[in-house]
Amino acid sequence: MESFSLLMQGLSTALDPVILLYALIGVTLGTAVGVLPGIGPALTVALLLPVTYGLDPAGSLIMFAGIYYGGMYGGSTTSILLNTPGESASIVTAIEGNQMARQGRGGPALATAAIGSFVAGLIATLLLAFLAPQVVKLALTLGPREYFALMVLAFVTVSATFGDSSLRGLTSLFIGLALACVGIDGLTGAARLTYGVPQLMDGIETTTLAVALFAIGEALAVAAIREPPDGMHRVRGSVKMTGEDWRRSWKAWLRGTFIGFPIGSMPAGGADVASFLSYAAERKLTKHPEEFGKGAIEGVAGPEAANNAAAAGTLVPLLTLGLPTTATAAIMLAGFQQFGLQPGPLLFVMNAELVWGLIASLLIANVMLVVLNLPLIGLWIKLLSIPRPWLYGGILLFATLGTIGVNASPVELGMLILFGVMGYGMRLYGYPVAPVVVGLILGPMAEQQLRRALAIAQGDWTTLVSTPVSATLLGISAVFLVVPMLMRLRGRGQVLSQVAGDAD
Amino acid sequence: MSEGFSPERRPRRAAFVIAAGLAGLAALILVDAAGLKQDGGYAGVGPADVPRIVAYGLLGLAVMTVVSGLRGDLPRPPRQAPAPVLWILGGLVAQLALLHVVGFVISGALLFGMTARGFGQRPLWKAVAVGLVLSLVIYGVFDRLLKLNLPGGPLELLIFRG
Repeated sequence: MESFSLLMQGLSTALDPVILLYALIGVTLGTAVGVLPGIGPALTVALLLPVTYGLDPAGSLIMFAGIYYGGMYGGSTTSILLNTPGESASIVTAIEGNQMARQGRGGPALATAAIGSFVAGLIATLLLAFLAPQVVKLALTLGPREYFALMVLAFVTVSATFGDSSLRGLTSLFIGLALACVGIDGLTGAARLTYGVPQLMDGIETTTLAVALFAIGEALAVAAIREPPDGMHRVRGSVKMTGEDWRRSWKAWLRGTFIGFPIGSMPAGGADVASFLSYAAERKLTKHPEEFGKGAIEGVAGPEAANNAAAAGTLVPLLTLGLPTTATAAIMLAGFQQFGLQPGPLLFVMNAELVWGLIASLLIANVMLVVLNLPLIGLWIKLLSIPRPWLYGGILLFATLGTIGVNASPVELGMLILFGVMGYGMRLYGYPVAPVVVGLILGPMAEQQLRRALAIAQGDWTTLVSTPVSATLLGISAVFLVVPMLMRLRGRGQVLSQVAGDAD
Repeated sequence: MSEGFSPERRPRRAAFVIAAGLAGLAALILVDAAGLKQDGGYAGVGPADVPRIVAYGLLGLAVMTVVSGLRGDLPRPPRQAPAPVLWILGGLVAQLALLHVVGFVISGALLFGMTARGFGQRPLWKAVAVGLVLSLVIYGVFDRLLKLNLPGGPLELLIFRG
């Protein structure tokens, strides 16, 4: 019951009118930006990070939490109404949701997505609240070698396990790790890879890299293709779900939640894996198999719930271990670091009020979203019809705003352009971009843990596998690295590439 | 967004360019690591060692990229239109060059206008005009209300401090 009283305390922090206002602004902005086609949660969070710079840590993180949930939510609207999902986790939602919209059932599709996200978000956030203190207790017993092994596992799952090529995933990861070496070495103070440029001493900003790869790279890729954009489907009739819709949806919501949360909370891929598995489960369990592929409501309800539950789940390793497992989580970690806060077990001890206020705000943000979204759906749809020149002009202006606001040096803007071109090239040749971002932020942390572990063991490398926990984690990493390679060699790689996403 | 695998299995020049880029990055790291003082302490692993491991990893990946390129194992991108890409890059470079000369609002308006032009919006002056209004609003909200420090130029002085 310890969690319960802490959560109640958190709620009293979060119910402060000013904090409520921050959460409301965050949720609204997050949904508005997340709804825009081509903008996934990672980019939403990266673009809106500058909005929170001027606030105090609590207000900023709570607004940020609202942006995160809002961005996840907005993406489902895009994928149901347009056939170009704004976020990878919504690709599965697009399969059935878009079919429903074509038949004029866009309203109920949006409703089951919204309510399913709410149910999943509520349950998953409560699970997060009750699980987090347990994981923190566990985390306090882990030493540097266990942390290092955990990070290796995160590296492998984010780069090599899913997607259509381990080689390209690992290449992306190593580019991120190489960029992570730039700057002052945390343990000795040696300047690495700065080549005499003082601005490089601080290293490469995660937000600069993320915004460049996701926003500029994407804008260049979209501009260069020039295919006519898919038409949007009008929402006809009411958004109300029939009794039949409810009956078919509620079990899918719950199943989606319990598939999504564990997957999100383990360092084993993000929301896209969860929504894919939920879709597979619904197709297997349905009483209406003939409707699948032609607009089955379970196929929207389950994956949307799984998607949001996984999003809450990724907060478990992020908050308790400081371990980001998706690009979105990596950017959120950067959001914490701008205030000198390092997520991890100590955060729960040193900044308990802040953490529990944040978790409580997630619950509140979730309620705000469902209240806000069902009536405002017409407004979000209007946002979808912004002409592309204005949309991308605005995205680029915002993308550079964040960099200029933090550090208006030509070097920083030059890096933005350079990484933007790199992101464009990576999109052209099927290199995933998320591993670069995760590599950049997790690289220095993994290096520090590795060197600490080796220092404790006086340079003996076998220390890395000398405890059952670290040996098991490294063993699982090896399995996640090798098995997918074998699957692809045997021509069974399609499953893995379907699960992959590049926006999450 | 690129297409999936192409059935053609001809060697791919792009793969060799990518591999060269990876090897070049590895070389940059190794040259830098050679110049670092080796200060491993108890760990026996100093500041130069992890970059070296990363560099060797990059070299290995470069070799594998060459092999996969020989087997034609790289997605074939659809035909690219160069003009829109150049408009957008031009807008970004213009903003970089002019930011500290004319301030955030005008350089941002140029970036917006040139990006919109890249996406087919004509004429350019109209797109820049829309950009001017938008970046004025952004400057007002972020610099004045949210205390972000955006570089000002003559226009910002005239409107916000005059």
